[in-house]
Amino acid sequence: MIPSVRPSRLFTWSYRACVLAFFLYLIAPLTAAGVFAFNDSLFASMPWKGFTLDWFVGDTEPKIGLLHDNRLLKGLGVSFLVATMVSLASLLVGLTNAFLFERHWFPLKGLCYMLMIVPLVIPGVLLGISILVLASGIANYVENTFGYEPDFLRPGLPLVVLGQASFIITITSLVIAARLRKFDRTLEEAAFNLGASRTRVFLTITLPYIRPALIGAGLVAFLVSFENFNTTLFLVGSDAPLTVTMYDRMLKVGSTPVLNAVSLLLIVGSGALALVSVFVQLEKRRSPAPRAPRER
Amino acid sequence: MTRQHVRRLTLFMLLAPFLLWILLMIVLPHLGIFALSLREKVAPLVYTIGPKNYLDFLREPIYWNTLLRTASISILVTALTFLVGFPIAYYIAKIAGRRVKGALFLACLIPLWVSDLVRAYGWMILLRETGVVSSVLQWTGIVDGPVELLYNDATVVVGLVYTVVLFMIVPLASTLEGMDDSLIEAGYNLGGSGFTVMRRIVIPYAMPGIVAGSIIVFMLTAGSYLTPILLGGKNSMWFTEQIYEQFITRFNWESGATFGILLLLFTSLTVWLGLRLSGQSLATTVARSEA
Repeated sequence: MIPSVRPSRLFTWSYRACVLAFFLYLIAPLTAAGVFAFNDSLFASMPWKGFTLDWFVGDTEPKIGLLHDNRLLKGLGVSFLVATMVSLASLLVGLTNAFLFERHWFPLKGLCYMLMIVPLVIPGVLLGISILVLASGIANYVENTFGYEPDFLRPGLPLVVLGQASFIITITSLVIAARLRKFDRTLEEAAFNLGASRTRVFLTITLPYIRPALIGAGLVAFLVSFENFNTTLFLVGSDAPLTVTMYDRMLKVGSTPVLNAVSLLLIVGSGALALVSVFVQLEKRRSPAPRAPRER
Repeated sequence: MTRQHVRRLTLFMLLAPFLLWILLMIVLPHLGIFALSLREKVAPLVYTIGPKNYLDFLREPIYWNTLLRTASISILVTALTFLVGFPIAYYIAKIAGRRVKGALFLACLIPLWVSDLVRAYGWMILLRETGVVSSVLQWTGIVDGPVELLYNDATVVVGLVYTVVLFMIVPLASTLEGMDDSLIEAGYNLGGSGFTVMRRIVIPYAMPGIVAGSIIVFMLTAGSYLTPILLGGKNSMWFTEQIYEQFITRFNWESGATFGILLLLFTSLTVWLGLRLSGQSLATTVARSEA
């Protein structure tokens, strides 16, 4: 609020009304997706037939709840596995990239920095098909030349992890580099002067300082991977992550509100992770400006 | 080992993962699809190099119409997103009190993190023939029978704006947040009207945020897959859907790769043009808004 600027009352109230309307627009679909998880009907649609928890715990046909829907549970497990591997890989490469660009000079650094950002402006579908084509090309070559079939280069979880990491590494690198940039290097020099080894300085001085960024970047990476669809769609094999399983189900006529139960779970889960990532990083900025995750 | 040697060694150890990532996961794969897009099949397992796939794209109106349609809707969605997002970002950054500001930020943040899939599903539940909006309209007597609000272009546009609007608001609000209020006050004190202050002071100041938001929004829209298909139906004529069709359904990888390269060319060109016109660079906009 800027005290000396006082617009008319009518303007202020209509502005507020617009903002309110916007936030209603923002939550309407999420509310709808969540609320119908409790509708005692075989379809996620009107009319409202009363409250039930069957879509979470039901175990008899046709009301198979989330806890007994094996395909959805398996998808959830696959997504957890993929997201964990993607976040670990992205954190590792993100950390080395941050040190590379903040602490070192090398020829063509400007070009390399551009290349590091570029994955953010490549459509996710492209990342998916390009990795699919390269991996299949190598797999065919190996098979024809050596007579050995490299399964990990065919569509499946290893390729899904590679495809997602290809752009999530950019996000983690930028987040960690931004934190490292603010680090006061005299602290490290002081520790060296006091006789600490390189490893010791890194573990006791530098690492604690960038830890909020590491946690934040890890959460972002996990969420972006968990929710990724566009890149995953082209690389998926027989083990489908949750988003792909849900999408297949959504296209089918007569899908049950168990999808709403999963949706509610995802809304609550990602909301909670988002809150954690904000509070972990609050100390490094004065205002709670959230970070934009990337979905592709 | 001297200090110089240690520094050298560190540099190589840090360069190795970077180069492996950029070359193996970004550069080579894209060179690969470019090469594939130039491959022509003359007989089973016999190929030559040539522009046939690109000519096929030009010869088939449905292909380039889909690209043009995707392009124009993406640009429309980007413009609409700015029109909707700017007032909200300005409200959050400059008008709301401190407490409200934090709450509104969080209110933006949580839906931003929810998967596209869940959000599109929410719209399906609201808008389909047996959905909430249709029932409410019947109940209030505005319409007599069920109305299908899905599977038309307006719905696709509304859904796309919904999916991407927060990616405009968040960088914009952060940029405006960093703006000194006295700049706006000075504008008013010097006799500027609200409109003049906006046009001459606020918008130029927010330019990096606007460009960052627009690029992200545009890329996400042009590359989106779920929202157009779930809200627009199987025949929504979206370019990413064509790529999927060529790759997975028809198993025509040459033509799928061609479409991929065309999509990449089109989006890169638009982003480049946007950066040139606004005098910004990727490093000052997208990189900053991500970190």
